[in-house]
Formats: sequence, C-alpha cells, structure tokens
Amino acid sequence: MTSHQTRNRICYAVFSLLIIVAGYTIENPYYIQVLTFIGINTLLALGLNMLMGYAGQISLGHAAFYGIGAYGTAILTVHYNLSPWMALPAAIASAMIVAYIVGIPTLKLSGYYLGMGTLGFGMIVNILFREWSSVTGGASGFIGIPTLELGPISFSSGRNYFYLVWGFVLTSFIVCQRIIDSRIGRALRAIHDGEKAASAVGVDTRKLKLQVFILSAAFSALAGFLYAHLIFFISPGTFSFIASIRMVTMVVIGGMASIWGSLLGASLLTLLPEWLHAFSEFEMVVYGLILMIVMIFLPRGLTRGLLDIYERAVKKNDR
Amino acid sequence: MLRIKNLKCYYGRIMAVKGVSLSVKKGQIITLIGANGSGKSTLLEAICGLLPGWEGEITYEGFPLKGLDPPAVVKHGISLVPEGRLIFPPISVLDNLKLGAYTMYRKKQHAAVNQTLEKTLDLFPILKERAKQPAGTLSGGEQQMLAIGRALMSHPKLLLMDEPSMGLAPLIVEKIFQILETLRNDGITILLVEQNAQAALRIADYGYVFETGTVVLQGPASELLADQEVKRAYLGKDYGEFYDDK
Repeated sequence: MTSHQTRNRICYAVFSLLIIVAGYTIENPYYIQVLTFIGINTLLALGLNMLMGYAGQISLGHAAFYGIGAYGTAILTVHYNLSPWMALPAAIASAMIVAYIVGIPTLKLSGYYLGMGTLGFGMIVNILFREWSSVTGGASGFIGIPTLELGPISFSSGRNYFYLVWGFVLTSFIVCQRIIDSRIGRALRAIHDGEKAASAVGVDTRKLKLQVFILSAAFSALAGFLYAHLIFFISPGTFSFIASIRMVTMVVIGGMASIWGSLLGASLLTLLPEWLHAFSEFEMVVYGLILMIVMIFLPRGLTRGLLDIYERAVKKNDR
Repeated sequence: MLRIKNLKCYYGRIMAVKGVSLSVKKGQIITLIGANGSGKSTLLEAICGLLPGWEGEITYEGFPLKGLDPPAVVKHGISLVPEGRLIFPPISVLDNLKLGAYTMYRKKQHAAVNQTLEKTLDLFPILKERAKQPAGTLSGGEQQMLAIGRALMSHPKLLLMDEPSMGLAPLIVEKIFQILETLRNDGITILLVEQNAQAALRIADYGYVFETGTVVLQGPASELLADQEVKRAYLGKDYGEFYDDK
C-alpha cells in the first residue's frame, strides 16, 4: 500500500469518527438540521466536482437532476404509493437516463457553449416542474412526501436522518476516491488538460465524459431524494437556475478537483446564510462580499488555499 | 506496414491534403518534411483517427483504418507523439506515463504495465528522477521525452512523431533523434514529421517532401539530403550559396 492510500484511509477513519461523535454529542436540533443540509449539499458538490473539477466539463443545469431526484421520489411515493426505498433507485435511474439522453448532444460542446447548453436544459426541466401541475403540484409545490422508515427505525427525527445522510456522504466519498485513484481518474484529469492529447493516448473522451456526466447526475438525484424526505415538501424554486449556480459556487469556492473541497464548499455555502441572518437586509451583500474575498485571496479554492497557507507556515518554522 | 493511397483531408471546405500516397516499411524511419501548413500534421491526425471525414485509403498491416476512433487505432499498435507535445501539465510525470498505458490495463495485468513503465524510465533516466513532479515543471526537452515515453507505454509497433524538435535547442534535438534511432533499432517503425529537414533526413531511411498538401519529391533520405532542390528550399542554403557552388 502506498503512503497516499494510507493517508486517505486515515482521513476517512477520522471523518467517520467525527460524524459518529457529532451525531451523539450535538443535542440542539437546529445544529443537527444544518449539518444534515451540509451533507446533502456536499453530495451535490461532490457530483458536480467529478464533472467540473476533474473532467473539466461545466454544467449550469445540475439543479435539474437534483429536482428529478426529489420530484421522482415524491411522485412515486405519493401518486403510486411506492416504498421510498423502491423510489430511490427509480429516481436515480431516471436522472441517469435523462443525463444520458441530454449528455449525448450537449457534451459535444465545450467551454461557454457547454455552459449555455446545460443552462438551457436546467431551465426547461424547471419549467416542467412548475407547469406540469397535475403531476408536480406546479408552482405551489408538492406536499405530503412520506417519512423514510426502515423496519422499526424512523428517519423523521433529526439524529437518524443526520446519520443516514452522512452515511451516504461517506460512501460517496469512498466511491469517488476509488474512481479518482484509478486509471479512469487519471483519464478524467487528462480530458481536463487537453481532450486531443487524451484521445491521442487512447482515452475514449466522448464515452468517458458521458459516463462522468451520468455519475454526477446520479449524485445530484440522490441529494434530491434525501432533501425531499427531509422536508416533506418541495417546490420548483429549490431547483431553479439559482440552485445550479450555487452548486457551481460550492465547487469553485471549496476547490476544484478535490473531494474534501466539496465538503468545505458545501459547508461554507450552507453556513454563511445561517450566520448572516444577523445582518438582516444586508445579508446578501455580505454574502457576496465574502465569496469575492475568498476568490480574490484563495483563487484555487479553500482546500488548496488553506493547504498553501499551512505549507508556507511549515516552511517558515523550518527556517 | 502502413500504406496510404490517394488521401484527401479537409478542414471545413479547405482541402489540406490533396491526394497523397505513401508507404512505410517495417523497421524504418520514414520522414515527411516540408514547410508550415503543407499538410504533414493533418496526415498524421488522419492516421490516428483524430481527424474524421478523410477520403482515400489508409491500411495498417493490411487492415483498413477508415472509421476507427483514436482508442481503436492505439489498440492496433499505432501511437502518436503530438505536435507541441501535449503532455498533461498538472499531472505527475509518472501518471502521465501511466495514461499512455490507458488502453493496456484491461488486456494485461498491472504488473505488465509496471514492467513497461520500468523499461520506459530506463530509456529516459531524467524522467525517473522527476517521476513525482508535475509534468508542467519539466523543461521543453524533458517534456518531449515524456511525450515519447507516454507514447511508448502502449507498446506501439508504429510511432507517429509530429515535430519532436519544435522549440528545442540543437543539442537536445540531437539527443531526441538519437533516441529515435535507438527505438528503430529496437524494432519500432517511425513516421517522423519534421520541419528540421536536415536532422530528420540524417536519421531517416526514406523521405517525402510535402508542399501545400501534395508530395513533390520522394526518395531515400541520403539522396534527398544531396538533392539541390531540397537543399535550396528546406536545408537553409540560400540561392547565393547554391549558385556559388557551381
């Protein structure tokens, strides 16, 4: 085993321990709720980071997959009385199928044009949520999404749901880490650096881009599923263009091509609005300002930026 | 080994290669020389499957390459060292090399890939020293070696080289060309596209001279090296010198 692998294993062990301890010790239900939201947002950021950070393909429409996950489970459990655990794979599968169909033509684009293409796709799906009232409940939203239950365990209380969400986050982290450390991960980064060079060494760039697009859609749909069964109510606004932009921001602020960056970015963007309530009407101004400051001083995101500061400090001490 | 018949390539409506025929014999270095924009690189891209929509015939060991995508061409044993090297700058030297073996992992075991890796690193000791560094921190010559090393990772029988001397100091060019000779002696066939005609013709067995998408001259490298017309146009002998000789 290489040192890199050992280090990763230690990181994940510490991370799991932190989750368990946090779940046990934190009593305040508000904190638990906020932490659960961070978990859901981390799944969103992680999925998009695989696509954007690693493969270098931007998507400005990923909230659509988030929405498909949420509306998918809502429709299946409420209209069709399906168990949520049956709805979960179905919702994820529908997001993956949509990603496949949309990905084939859009992923031929690159750069700004790919951004525009995915932006349009996100808007179309959002309009569908809003206008297809007989199925989605339209603009007034979808109510009555059931509580998750597994045998005697009910995932309605904060703590159980916290563990459920963070269990998914941990599993997803490990899955993504394995992909990144494999030849597929290398190939994704190669696509990021130069598609032509990547195909020259024999990487099937078109297929791989499509696969990672589908994978990231699956993560978003999983997040949507967890969101729907946490809140019991969903409305189109949650999955709008703004939500897509927020996801991109999480990835960029947290750190492109970094698993832990997804966690940092999701944490910051979930916590900031909570902290900034104190500023009342100036909330958005301060929010924007903080994002600007982070980008100006840590242009490569929080993860890389903090690591750089740490490394500089270590070097100074050595001298 | 490689046979090209009446190849025509297009960029949009512009015809970049206008009906070229050539053949590459096994175990030789064949060079294509000619000025910028004469269609040499385009031809290489057509062979690799990077440039779709060409007309004509390209066969490799009797097998037509038409319609194959780049991964399929690599699996056939043809590897490209692209123009401008196109290494992956933020990725480590080692991972760059492993990417060259991308198509090999499924067929062979990791052990076999590691063996190739060892062999490649032995060929380029400097890469071994810098294995953990991001490839972007290498010098131009080292990057060219990395690009060649990366191409060798897929066990090619035919190596396509696009302008390996580009932007390199003469001493380093010499070194790179020595490596090409070593590779030929190891049994790898090389199709070498070059603007540095003199250096290319010196190590090549046979050469083709390109001008605006057609072959204007061909012959054994030694003959081309001595050819007055080639000297005037590509070997940097100006008219004055050319006539003074007479």
